[in-house]
Amino acid sequence: MITVSNISKQYESVKALTNISFSINDNEIFGLIGPDGAGKTTFMRLLTTMLLPDNGLIEANGFNTVSDYKKVRNIIGYMPGRFSLYQDLTVEENLNFFASVFNTTIEQNYDLIANIYKQIEPFKNRVAGKLSGGMKQKLALSCALIHKPEILVLDEPTTGVDAVSRMEFWQMLKRLKMKGITIIVSTPYMDEASLCDRVALIQNGQILKIDTPENIIKSYPKYLIAVNAKNKYKLIHDLRKYKNSSSVFAFGSSVHVTFKNNNTDIDELKNFLISEGNVEIDINIAQPDIEDCFMELMKAEKNE
Amino acid sequence: MNIITVKNLVKKFGSFTANDNLNFEVRKGEIFGFLGANGAGKTTAIRILCGLSTPTSGEISVAGYNVYTQTEELKKNIGYMSQKFSLYEDLTIYENIELYGGIYGLGLKKIKHRTTELLSNLKMYELKDTLIGKLPLGWKQKLAFSVAMLHEPAIVFLDEPTGGVDPVTRRQFWDLIYEASNSGVTIFVTTHYMDEAEYCDRVTIMNNGIIEALDTPNNLKEKYSAKNMNEVFIKIARPNITH
Amino acid sequence: MKKFLSFIKKEFLHIFRDVRTLIIIFGIPIAEILIFGFAINTDIKDARIAILDLSKDATTQQITNKLLSSGYFMLETHLQTSDQIEEIFRAGRVKEVIVFEQNFAKRLEAEGKADIQLILDASEPNTANILQGYTSNIIYTYVNELNNLLPQNIVINSTVRMQYNPGMKSVFMFVPGTMAIILILISALMTSVTITREKELGTMEVLLVSPLHPTHIILGKVTPYLVLSFINVISILGLAYFVFGLPIKGNLFLLIAECLLFIFLSLSLGILISTVSKTMQQAMLISMIGLMMPSMLLSGFIFPVENMPDILYYISFAMPPRWFIEIVKDIMIKGSGLQMVWEETLILIGMTLFFIAMSIRKFKIRL
Repeated sequence: MITVSNISKQYESVKALTNISFSINDNEIFGLIGPDGAGKTTFMRLLTTMLLPDNGLIEANGFNTVSDYKKVRNIIGYMPGRFSLYQDLTVEENLNFFASVFNTTIEQNYDLIANIYKQIEPFKNRVAGKLSGGMKQKLALSCALIHKPEILVLDEPTTGVDAVSRMEFWQMLKRLKMKGITIIVSTPYMDEASLCDRVALIQNGQILKIDTPENIIKSYPKYLIAVNAKNKYKLIHDLRKYKNSSSVFAFGSSVHVTFKNNNTDIDELKNFLISEGNVEIDINIAQPDIEDCFMELMKAEKNE
Repeated sequence: MNIITVKNLVKKFGSFTANDNLNFEVRKGEIFGFLGANGAGKTTAIRILCGLSTPTSGEISVAGYNVYTQTEELKKNIGYMSQKFSLYEDLTIYENIELYGGIYGLGLKKIKHRTTELLSNLKMYELKDTLIGKLPLGWKQKLAFSVAMLHEPAIVFLDEPTGGVDPVTRRQFWDLIYEASNSGVTIFVTTHYMDEAEYCDRVTIMNNGIIEALDTPNNLKEKYSAKNMNEVFIKIARPNITH
Repeated sequence: MKKFLSFIKKEFLHIFRDVRTLIIIFGIPIAEILIFGFAINTDIKDARIAILDLSKDATTQQITNKLLSSGYFMLETHLQTSDQIEEIFRAGRVKEVIVFEQNFAKRLEAEGKADIQLILDASEPNTANILQGYTSNIIYTYVNELNNLLPQNIVINSTVRMQYNPGMKSVFMFVPGTMAIILILISALMTSVTITREKELGTMEVLLVSPLHPTHIILGKVTPYLVLSFINVISILGLAYFVFGLPIKGNLFLLIAECLLFIFLSLSLGILISTVSKTMQQAMLISMIGLMMPSMLLSGFIFPVENMPDILYYISFAMPPRWFIEIVKDIMIKGSGLQMVWEETLILIGMTLFFIAMSIRKFKIRL
């Protein structure tokens, strides 16, 4: 259990985190979701005792991250965002080094990393700098797990990684969760939210919402429709001209539209689009996803 | 009309083949998505198309210029923007624009005119004397895109332009792309956001140095019986994984 | 302890995998010594000298004989007046003029001391310096012999004047100077760069989060460079002694101990630099411009400190290599013992402690 109470952190004039409080349950995959500069990395550094908070308190499994920082460091596995291992050491040398730093050996905790390590074992004599992105990521994860941490903190492990490697990475996290590890992971990819047990949506150092992905989607307040037409550029323009539209954004294969009032007549919209000269119009009620929710919450935040 | 034609492009680094016989065309004014796993050979291909690297073999022409012999003319007619390098943080917005205008040989008058046009379009005119470093990431990226278009190139190459940007700004960025494409500029874009692949007119997916698929997003989804581009991508990049 | 050893092993792997680092560490010192070394003409025989003997007594005659029988000198001519000195140098006929003062033997007998003046053509500084060394040595030996016979000690003061190049850089200077620069380069620059590299890679965060104690991290980073610097000291001294025949008159162990002290000082400086810089570039800039340049310019390595303007002269007090160069010179060339160099040694120890204290204060257990 990790409890965060009234945490604030400021760098010179920039407020990185403003009075945030929440808790993370044992053995859950907790996602911190938000764009660059939202405060994700700052939070992770506070949790891993790398930074001191200006205000507030974080307790990781009962240990205060400031006064008990040594104990916290013992139970945490941390993979920083720009973590890139020792490029000039081989896979095996990297792993052996981190094992010995944590007073353990590869063999001792082999069962924990076995699944992941097996995939990179064929390359164990290759220097880390020559591994592909996905392989590097697996090695980094193995290194973070080598001392069997109770809490695993991963700062944007999937940024800049292709969709396939990302998917494989999340499968690994699922398996680790089954071994009883609490996992805190940050990502700028909103679609990864659905893979977490609970997520915190963060923006500008503030938490917009914390809940399970399902509940966040359920609580989406607006009526959302997906529109398609032949010329998407024109479609977006015309939708924005429509008197009742509130937000109009390209979203996957269609355009997502919300309205100023929720009882908009779809037929009326369709007629408007036809009159503007759009063809092959297709309008459906859309199921919002986390990204819709995030955008809506961002808007609400701005209006406050 | 094709603005990029690539015939039998091969690029080898020693015994390693980064691009293995690529063939494709990009039409004028289209948004061309260039996807692939890390290490699939995207960056190599983009470097060749931008005239930064010479192919081992193949016939390639970009904006009517030969990538072997006319790299200087080619570079004058393309724009380039990547997530890693956008603008100089310690220069103001105007100084950055002036610098790029100067690099592409625009006159001072033209630079002033384009600056006004570009900044009012982005609603950032009042900020023209602000240091780039003080701007939020999303604004920087939008600005960087506009600066890449400053010399009115025929093609703009965008290498992961929206990495780490918030969802609203990401869409505003795509608004800019649509606008540019609508005015006839060709957009060549790479991304790891699979929803962005849907915004492209046509998409190629590279894997292990070859082009595995090239079509409109809708046709690809149909062909691979997938409900979104993410599934298409995964089916192509890891054909052995079953769902 | 096992943690610590594997850390050191990792550091050595970094060093040995990087050819460029290896070249910097071992290539530069050897190259520098060889370049300087071959600039010295070590083979001096039958150098032509002139003698101006204003006393013409038995003692001056004896000294003259000693000089001429040494095999190093050949008498070109006896001068009659001091006006001729300038002339004979101009003509390029001699390398050195030796002047005995008037009533040399009488003064020696009455006051127990007398003066000899050595004037050298320093347009060839290396030769001049060696000649001066030989001359002084012969006179010194002579005085020693006399003192053994006499009940009361006598002194002959030889004053040296370098013609044409008064601020002469000594060849003996280059070994201590090069040693100081190389030790600063390897110890301070390399340590600060390798520590900041971990910061850039993000591995420092992981190391800090690990149970590895921060002192272990620092010591682990520093130990390999301590070993390498020490190997360098030995090879520089070896090259200087065996290949170029530079003297090591003083105690070798004292010399090595002083070198170790200076290595510690440089390492602690390196750590201090790494604690204040965030990137490798920053660390390199601070080390190169903030450390190397002043070390070379203000330590007396290139420009003699005595000739500096007051401000620079006092600034040179803060330069660790200044004291180190002095210590090494004293031990190697003058054969001084610890009783002669204890002040400089204390200054170096003080500086080392200061830098270590500062690093400990600055080193963060957090980011």
